[in-house]
Amino acid sequence: MPTAADSLFRALADPTRRAIFERLTRNGEQTVHALTERSGVSQPMVSKHLSALKRARLVRNRRQGRETHYRATPEALAPLVDWIGHYSTFWREKFDRLGDVLERMDK
Amino acid sequence: MTTSDTSTRSVVVEKEYPHPPEKVWRALTESSLIEQWLMKNDFKPIAGHSFSLRREPMPNWNGVIDCQVVTVEPCKTLSYTWGALGLGTVVTFTLTATDAGTHVRMEQSGFHADQEANYKGAKYGWQNFLGNLERVVGGLA
Repeated sequence: MPTAADSLFRALADPTRRAIFERLTRNGEQTVHALTERSGVSQPMVSKHLSALKRARLVRNRRQGRETHYRATPEALAPLVDWIGHYSTFWREKFDRLGDVLERMDK
Repeated sequence: MTTSDTSTRSVVVEKEYPHPPEKVWRALTESSLIEQWLMKNDFKPIAGHSFSLRREPMPNWNGVIDCQVVTVEPCKTLSYTWGALGLGTVVTFTLTATDAGTHVRMEQSGFHADQEANYKGAKYGWQNFLGNLERVVGGLA
């Protein structure tokens, strides 16, 4: 597996980091301050998690005055979104159900 | 895994059923039968007909797939466009009579690895993705 995907998996392996990333994905740009208030961990810990996410290019930051704002860059997830795998599973399941329907049509 | 190119990829699933092509064709083209194995729909086997497939809504997605019939060759070929989550693809079913029944080949083509699709896909695939994450990470160690 390429190192880029590797670092993505590692960055998202931690549930607190996932929660932070997911919140940024859903709610848009937020300050470290705002993220800390909701995360249930200390600000240094939040900053540490944000650094890990930033290394994996999952978030970007900008400074404004005393606050640092972070936003998600979900494009970085691209290597992990395996559409082929997703739809293969989907159609295999549907094909099984199609077989069941064909059986029932006889009756 | 290809990550940043703009190539088009496809999914192929094949299966042989112990039933004649005429019967398989009905299951692929009659709305009430389609619902039983695929999704709720307002499909009609008429080229150019627009229809939708509906599954349960989920976070970030209303569960609607917008489709349009492209090809209808009774008992042989059925294809329709498949638009969901910024991903425009074409689904083609090809039926071939065999000694034992019917061989069905489904190809979904046109997976563009463009940013828009991946972004929306990332949102949609979120739960599955997270669900598998720990297991995958375990394999990295």
